[in-house]
Amino acid sequence: MSESLTFHYDVDGEDFTSAGQASVQVKKNLRRLGIPPEIIRQVSIAMYEGEINMVIHAGGGKADVIVSEDKIEIILEDHGPGIADVELAMQEGYSTAPDSVRSLGFGAGMGLPNMKRYMDEMTIDSVVGKGTTIKMAVYLS
Amino acid sequence: MTVKELAEKCNFKTAALPDGSREIDGCYIGDLLSWVMGRAEADCVWITIMSNLNIIAVASLADVACIVLSESVTVEDSIVKLAEEKGVNVLLSDKKTYETAVDVYKTI
Repeated sequence: MSESLTFHYDVDGEDFTSAGQASVQVKKNLRRLGIPPEIIRQVSIAMYEGEINMVIHAGGGKADVIVSEDKIEIILEDHGPGIADVELAMQEGYSTAPDSVRSLGFGAGMGLPNMKRYMDEMTIDSVVGKGTTIKMAVYLS
Repeated sequence: MTVKELAEKCNFKTAALPDGSREIDGCYIGDLLSWVMGRAEADCVWITIMSNLNIIAVASLADVACIVLSESVTVEDSIVKLAEEKGVNVLLSDKKTYETAVDVYKTI
């Protein structure tokens, strides 16, 4: 593959139970492209965590997955409340999710750490009151 | 060991078995979904008491071989339907989580 391929998804912020649709679609698309299963697993989990975060905290957002020859990039963008302390948010166990979300098994403060765990690169650009953009990448070589 | 064989040997009921011939490798226990996605390995048996719709997406994305709902937890028809659509095996155990895990350990 010499040119990159971009998949765009809109993440619905209304329906918590449908969260994951974009990630499942990404998984299918990557499988079709013949990406190794472990990479697919890493990308889909990171993407799902991002989706869940956008649903819980930001009322939805958008996601782009760019597949090129040497890496897969994920760009997640929302216009939610932003993250006041990114370093704190990156700590395992730190969460601002409401109890309603915790009762579903989310909000354990593992979302951002999981994204970092499975990706080779990750940057968070967040402005309080404006929104958050997360760029992640996993290398294919 | 396949998921179907595990279900038979451990006397688990099957709520959804769209991919019964899937091979099993290992086991993970957890109810916090992100914890599961961070720690469970592909092809494992995932034992949980969490039975909401999101477990199907988690199982699919984390690529586990099957979900086992322990402690007699039941699952709604809508979730069974989604599991079948997404190719996620869902088994049911009447036993406590620890005993369910011991049965899985002895079997696989």
